[in-house]
Amino acid sequence: MAVLLIAEHNNKELRPFTLNAATAASQIDSDVHAVIIGQNTAEAAKQLSELPVVKKVLSVEAAHYENFTAENFTPVIVKLAENYSHIVCSANTFGKNLMPRIAAHLDTSQVSDIIKVISSDTFLRPIYAGNAFATIKSNDSKKCVTIRPTSFDPCESSGGSAAIEKVEAGEEFSNTKFVKREEIKSDRPELGTARIVVSGGRGMQSGDNFKLITEIADKLGAAIGASRAAVDAGYISNDHQVGQTGKVVVPDLYIAIGISGAIQHLAGMKESKVIVAINKDGEAPIFSVADYGLEADLFEAIPQFMEELNKLNTIQK
Amino acid sequence: MKILVAVKRVIDYNVQIRVKEDGTGVVTDNVKMSTNPPDDNAIEEAVKIKEAGKATEVVAITVGEEKAQETVRKALAVGADRGIHVKVDSEIEPLAVSKILQKVVDKEKPDLVFMGKQAIDDDCNQTGQMLSALLNWPQATFASKIDVKENKLEVTREIDEGLETIEINVPAIVTCDLRLNEPRYASLPNIMKAKKKPIEEIPVSDLGVDVSPRLEQLKVEEPPKRKAGIKVANVAELVQKLKNEAKVI
Repeated sequence: MAVLLIAEHNNKELRPFTLNAATAASQIDSDVHAVIIGQNTAEAAKQLSELPVVKKVLSVEAAHYENFTAENFTPVIVKLAENYSHIVCSANTFGKNLMPRIAAHLDTSQVSDIIKVISSDTFLRPIYAGNAFATIKSNDSKKCVTIRPTSFDPCESSGGSAAIEKVEAGEEFSNTKFVKREEIKSDRPELGTARIVVSGGRGMQSGDNFKLITEIADKLGAAIGASRAAVDAGYISNDHQVGQTGKVVVPDLYIAIGISGAIQHLAGMKESKVIVAINKDGEAPIFSVADYGLEADLFEAIPQFMEELNKLNTIQK
Repeated sequence: MKILVAVKRVIDYNVQIRVKEDGTGVVTDNVKMSTNPPDDNAIEEAVKIKEAGKATEVVAITVGEEKAQETVRKALAVGADRGIHVKVDSEIEPLAVSKILQKVVDKEKPDLVFMGKQAIDDDCNQTGQMLSALLNWPQATFASKIDVKENKLEVTREIDEGLETIEINVPAIVTCDLRLNEPRYASLPNIMKAKKKPIEEIPVSDLGVDVSPRLEQLKVEEPPKRKAGIKVANVAELVQKLKNEAKVI
């Protein structure tokens, strides 16, 4: 039986992590079907049909799907699940909210947040905030799996031409009403997908000093991150938080400035390709994961860093 | 209104996790244990709602071995009225926990069930959503703000794109984010008083729930270590390395 991928989108277009989840789905079984549930999703459904790993697209549209309410999505997916061996979705807030509701209806023990497909029933997943990795084998006949998107490369986004099949909508769940969504708008790359992330910690000493982080981020075309300590101290809003209780990021370059490197922060960034730490405490745990460590006062180092960056002829964006 | 709050005993969040050498799990002997941090937020919120006169009773429940009762006792010390301890001998999966909670909900008939959004040991993030599926109740996950209204809640949820607000009719499930509130500490007199509050012990066998595992944990291992990096002498060297060695800028 094929794998059913639940596409994440904003009704207009696919969200980027759907491509990473599609890669994981195709590693479970080459026969991947994708379901897109929303309202006025024709363009997003077309994008989905163009992913070469997707063999068939199922499109479900109704007004009550516009805001991705798990209570509305679940019955449709549970019904479709009859024909599939696996249901997969990204382990971001969309999938985390939705998948367990589906799994409970299917009487399946979900495997959350996998980072590797070992076989069609065995997966690797982090536990204890990434301080240990568990190899888990599922003995349920139908498997519900959520995927840590940053652990899988995005699939090709063009070249495919899967058929798009309409599926009848289910009933609306009347006890949950969407009220509003406040999206954080920014010209910067999104923290979860940025190539470079520059993060500040408690060492920044004030919200005002985060301007120094902003300048470097602007220069490098980077997203801005922060440690929980900096968020709790009120230096920056919590959507910037990197770590176990914030976002998990895997950029090409992660620059940690004035961050000591608490376990819960490391869990959110230690898979980054290159890590730079700037901290005046040479014993700070952040240095144990840094490829390049600079033991220095950040208020001297950051202006020098800007100066050196300005000397470069070109900076990759 | 009656609120049932589920709490779990886990390895304390400040403990450095060590993997057992035989690969069967992580070391828990002589390791400090605590209540799962967002479960503390769930208790705090329930107690605050009661203090505001909008709830009549807060019941704390845990599912676990003998010592799990400590977490219920702690909840009683910060304001829960009574406790329930469903006793199990081994680790059970979120699906089984949600089936146990369903049985208790059928008996206790709470209007709301609160719990943390995720346990920091297995990091599954499933139990609340599964329970609401089994009960066919609305779910508000990752809650960072709760407004109690007449027979409904307005809940602000932390989502990847920012914040989402939903309105859910009671009865309902809420899973709590760490940002929901600042959990209070138990005062010594309240810790003493909590010792007199009742905790009902229920052997899991009394509930008629199948808790047998569906998943096999084949191996637990240390994550791959990053190879040791270098310390650079100054900013100029750092930028030169990033440009010419790592080739990332």
